[in-house]
Amino acid sequence: MSPPAPNPPRPEPIIRLRQASKVYGQGQAAIYALRGVDLEVARGEFVAVMGPSGSGKSTCMNIIGCLDTPSAGSYRFDGIEVGELSRDQRAVLRRHCLGFVFQGFNLLPRTSALENVELPLIYRGVGRRRRRDLAATALGAVGLTGWEDHTPGELSGGQQQRVAIARAIVSNPRVLLADEPTGNLDTERSHEVMHLLCDLNRRQNLTVVMVTHESDMAAYAGRRIHFRDGGIEATD
Amino acid sequence: MFWETFMLAIRAIRRNLLRSALTVLGIVIGVAAVITMVTLGSGATAKVTQDIAKLGSNMLQVRPGQGFRGPGGARSSAPMLEAADAEALAREISGLDAVAPSASQALQVIRGSANRSTSVTGTTDGFTRVRDWDLAAGRNFSANELRAGKAVGIIGHTVWKDLFGGQNPVGETIRLNRISFKVVGVLGAKGQSSFGTDQDDLVLVPLRTFQRRIAGNTDVQVIYVSARDGISTETVRADMERLMRERRRIGPEKEDDFHVRDMQEIVSTMTATTRVLTALLGAVAAVSLLVGGIGIMNIMLVSVTERTREIGTRMAIGAMERDVMRQFLVEAVVLAGLGGVCGILLGLTAAAAGARWMGVPFVFSPGIMMLAVAFSAAVGIIFGYFPARQAARLDPIAALRHE
Ligand SMILES: Nc1ncnc2c1ncn2[C@@H]1O[C@H](COP(=O)(O)OP(=O)(O)OP(=O)(O)O)[C@@H](O)[C@H]1O
Ligand SMILES: [Mg+2]
Repeated sequence: MSPPAPNPPRPEPIIRLRQASKVYGQGQAAIYALRGVDLEVARGEFVAVMGPSGSGKSTCMNIIGCLDTPSAGSYRFDGIEVGELSRDQRAVLRRHCLGFVFQGFNLLPRTSALENVELPLIYRGVGRRRRRDLAATALGAVGLTGWEDHTPGELSGGQQQRVAIARAIVSNPRVLLADEPTGNLDTERSHEVMHLLCDLNRRQNLTVVMVTHESDMAAYAGRRIHFRDGGIEATD
Repeated sequence: MFWETFMLAIRAIRRNLLRSALTVLGIVIGVAAVITMVTLGSGATAKVTQDIAKLGSNMLQVRPGQGFRGPGGARSSAPMLEAADAEALAREISGLDAVAPSASQALQVIRGSANRSTSVTGTTDGFTRVRDWDLAAGRNFSANELRAGKAVGIIGHTVWKDLFGGQNPVGETIRLNRISFKVVGVLGAKGQSSFGTDQDDLVLVPLRTFQRRIAGNTDVQVIYVSARDGISTETVRADMERLMRERRRIGPEKEDDFHVRDMQEIVSTMTATTRVLTALLGAVAAVSLLVGGIGIMNIMLVSVTERTREIGTRMAIGAMERDVMRQFLVEAVVLAGLGGVCGILLGLTAAAAGARWMGVPFVFSPGIMMLAVAFSAAVGIIFGYFPARQAARLDPIAALRHE
């Protein structure tokens, strides 16, 4: 009998949380928003995060998005220990590797769609010409060619969210984080946005982590993670 | 990157145009006030200097008495000057251009049925040279007329207009003290002095004529002296004082019983006064700049609060603290700078109008404008710093959640 072949080394997951906790406040008033979460997301995965209100979904997303660091435990993004980075280093990491889509869109008011999408490229130091091109391409990818000069006030909710997605992907991030991206949209627009995310996930092998309350939307994901009381209750 | 930030600031300012305009109003008014005040002040100073230059800025005067020093008494007891003093000055002091001993008296000047009260000055042909005064018509006194004390006169512009109504007076006769004088010349117009008196209201006659036929004594009230160009009036003055002490036999421990006044001295007293005034007005205006700065800080703070979500979004997207800091700082500086430029334009317009109205020259001083721009930019930096730091220190999560 030959010895069993050694397991091939598993590739490092892009997101790896180990016993990550987040505590707000101190002593008696301390609130445990996260209690020892273990979570791994591989490159190219589409993960939906679900759970009741206050269960720690947004807290977890903020940590994954390097907007925040865990109070205890470890978070490695693509092999980098995020907890050891400074505020500015995390900003640079976000600038180069992460894209965000928010529930409230968070587009700059009275600023054209194109300029909104250009924004992350400005911080990346991309030249004006190239920025225009990339932003126009990203708007095209979300089906908004021809709407470049419209301001958020002149766009529907679904269109605004698509601009926000274009802004998140324009810098070609490794991970797209979306906290309730369809929270403010009607069913039809929600499905449109989900189709878009699926498309990006599949075609560009973009890793997507999305928080949602709706199981219809979660059904688009390859994996669903259920939160309860600051911990992961189940995965399917 | 700086250009981007600059354009960003312009866009942010344009997004809220009315509010931006109201915000910079303080700066605009402050800068405009400083520019107007300082420009008009410099204009007034320039006018005083010009006026005194009309008198001849390299002119000195010798008068009997102690002048401004000490209480009166010395003046009346001091002996008068005499024509010989002037001759001695002209002979012995180097660097002099002209010397003009003078004595004056108020008199009626009559021509036919017209008459006028004017100042009659007995002097020499050096007078026009010392005072840098050209003849509009006719000629100066001749050596013979001066020596012999002939009854000839040179009339001032005002006297000419009043008594001759624009006709050629040369060769005509005027009467002073019941004596007929032949007019040989007319002085050019000098206008008002900065003390408000009409300089052209006078008649010149030869000194000897004045002494013999009008005053009835040999007194000389004042000797005007002009230094040659490039000669320091300080040196001339010291030489004159030495010579006069000698001539008046004043012992080494005694005080002068005459005084030499230097036009430079008068110029500097007067310009110093207007300068102090200018500085004072400028300072008051600068206070309004400060108030303008506080206005900018206030609005920037409001803006930071209002744009908290925007700041959160920018941070999530990858803006570092210093990016946010720079954005708000540049915005404040651009705002203040625009205010400064508007203020300069407004200030120059107001100063030009004011200068015309006050009859002073419009003195364009680039220094004060640069100062105003620098000051308003500094106001932007100083008062923009605190709000900008506030924005940069925001927690991105809290900022994103801000309503
Ligand atoms: N800045 C904070 N200070 C104090 N407590 C906080 C803070 N942020 C979150 N929490 C608490 O942490 C817990 C988890 O909050 P979190 O926002 O992660 O919930 P969630 O799952 O996103 O809820 P929802 O579905 O309503 O968005 C909550 O009890 C909340 O009150
Ligand atoms: Mg949430």
